[in-house]
Amino acid sequence: MNKLYEKYIKTESLPTLFCPGCGNGIIQYAAIGAFEKLDSSGEIPSSDIACVSGIGCSSWIPCYFKLDVMHTMHGRALAFAEGLKLSRPEKKIVVFTGDGDCLAIGGNHLLHAAARNIDLTVVMVNNYIYGMTGGQKSPTTPKEAVTKTSPFGCIDEPIDGCRLVTSLGASYVARWTTAHPAQLEKAIAEGISHRGFSFIEVLSQCPVQAGKSVYGEKDPSKIMEGYKKNTYLFRGGEAKPDKDGRIPIGLLHRDDEAEEYLDKVEKKLKSQGLR
Amino acid sequence: MVYNVNLLTRTQLQIQPNNYLKKVRQGTEVPRREDMDKKPDSRSEVVLQGNEACARAAVYAGCRFFAGYPITPSTEIIELLSSEMQKAGGAFIQMEDEIGSACAIIGARWGGSRAMTATSGPGYTLMQEAIGFAAVTETPIVIVNVQRGGPSTGQPTLSSQQDIYQARYGSHGDYGIIVLSPSSVQEMYDFTIKAFDLAEQFRTPVILLADEVVGHMREKITVHTGDRNIKRPKQRFAVSPSVDFFNGANSLVEGQLHDDMGRRIGHLPNKSGEFIEKINRKISDNVGMIADITTYCMEDADAAIVAYGSVARPALNAVKRARGIKDDRILPKFRVVRDLVKRGVKETMKTDYSHLKVGLIKINTVWPFPEDLLRQAAENVHTVIVPEMNVGKYCREVERVLWDKNVVPMPKCGGNIHTPKEILEKILEEEGVDE
Repeated sequence: MNKLYEKYIKTESLPTLFCPGCGNGIIQYAAIGAFEKLDSSGEIPSSDIACVSGIGCSSWIPCYFKLDVMHTMHGRALAFAEGLKLSRPEKKIVVFTGDGDCLAIGGNHLLHAAARNIDLTVVMVNNYIYGMTGGQKSPTTPKEAVTKTSPFGCIDEPIDGCRLVTSLGASYVARWTTAHPAQLEKAIAEGISHRGFSFIEVLSQCPVQAGKSVYGEKDPSKIMEGYKKNTYLFRGGEAKPDKDGRIPIGLLHRDDEAEEYLDKVEKKLKSQGLR
Repeated sequence: MVYNVNLLTRTQLQIQPNNYLKKVRQGTEVPRREDMDKKPDSRSEVVLQGNEACARAAVYAGCRFFAGYPITPSTEIIELLSSEMQKAGGAFIQMEDEIGSACAIIGARWGGSRAMTATSGPGYTLMQEAIGFAAVTETPIVIVNVQRGGPSTGQPTLSSQQDIYQARYGSHGDYGIIVLSPSSVQEMYDFTIKAFDLAEQFRTPVILLADEVVGHMREKITVHTGDRNIKRPKQRFAVSPSVDFFNGANSLVEGQLHDDMGRRIGHLPNKSGEFIEKINRKISDNVGMIADITTYCMEDADAAIVAYGSVARPALNAVKRARGIKDDRILPKFRVVRDLVKRGVKETMKTDYSHLKVGLIKINTVWPFPEDLLRQAAENVHTVIVPEMNVGKYCREVERVLWDKNVVPMPKCGGNIHTPKEILEKILEEEGVDE
């Protein structure tokens, strides 16, 4: 077995419950690669990292990690993570969440966590669908996609999580896909070491549920090829789909000057003579 | 520098090795830094509002994280703790909603901080999912519910006891929980401290089920002025090993039914059944350690009033009037209800109730239901009156246990608390039937 797996994965919990061809395994490997990068460079020891996740396919990603992990309630991962972070400000918290978990039921917590610019790293796995419940439309499902709850074609405008959190004050925003695992690993490592709210969206294939309705393609490798074709590397400007409808990937926004929530609290308390 | 050794109190003395203290007293050893920083635990009398007492008690009990969302009539707790929690070296956050607050305190507790939130009516309903999560993950948290009238937005400024079943059965699924119901400002203070200790001891969420009357009244109470020596609980009843985060234990906190490693067993009926039984029996097998009632004039009583929360106050007053007791000192924690006058309730006591042999059974731990204690206390009575500020919910539990007695519900909804006269009239009515 791969050495990284031995170090970071609870082998006794294997096999994972992911479907064959799922993108979660790639994201899992990118995440442990990022932990190892930070651990081996001595920047952040892996014992200082804890993971929090909500409910959904993607929220099972950290449950196999040899770290302190909290697998919480649908949509509330960010609220749990904020409590954990505030009680242990010196530690790093990574949140794994999905498009439905983060943007639908957990939307309110996302807005406020991003606006606070609290030091959390959010990995939002976007598979364009509610996979665990069997393929219903999610906040990111493209228009006209036929799913189990949009039988005549989806009419809702999809939500762009990256633009949403950027507008609210998140200070590190990136988007990658499972077809870009090395870049994703780097982004997760950067997000963890960045002090502030880091939001990393990962486009991830769900060949079983989204394969039929969203992509019209059930072969995971072909969906991943599609990710390469239908994205462009963002190089400044506005992080919007281009004329051909290709979506931007890469580092979309970074502001190292933005003040982090806990720093603001400390500053306030100092000004009142309470620290 | 002169060290005032006398400042070390008895409680602090007990935790120190004897020779160390001897040396400190003799002046041959310098007290340790942590003893110098700690203010000695002493007591003083102050006039406090119920909600303020709760907030102060939380800090004393070692609570170092508070997340909340403002809601009448519990707002004073979040207001006071927004500064006090920070002063005590803890953390405070005003969350975006109540379910977020409940989740944040669970997160903070796994980070190692004792944590609390406070809410009322609709906010408490919103927290229910998180309460179930805390129960299944065995997270010790304290949730204060200063009850107001419902359903829905209901009566934001008036009192009720309508959440009595929600406190026990509010979250989906089967779980055990501890609920304390204070009836005075002193109890609001004492029960808050007790709530934190019970939560840690039994690894369970504990609900402090107060109500608007207790939350907003002001009374003279005795408070601790120093720092508390917080000891790890002697007995822990956790079903799964629970190690706080960042201790190298690779804890997996899992909302799905799980085994000792935190791995999911939700798809395995037999193992899941065992798990559910364990988290329920953790509380139900230890009722004897948790249950607490206060009795008053029950020795020779023919009729008993069973009450909890603020309603225990007019109930006590009724007992005193029937018994002709004017002395408050018999039960110093209770004080006569003066709140009634403010609310415009005037009553005259023309009827003579002195022939009524009435006693009071005040339930302090409303859940788990103190079956044995109640059965014991009410052994010799034949009539039991259960006044409560709802449609008569808790009375069903009393009826179940005291099935051979004449148990009479006395519901009252709308926001007004029962008057002593109403309670006495009810007893007279029931006793009259008997004779």
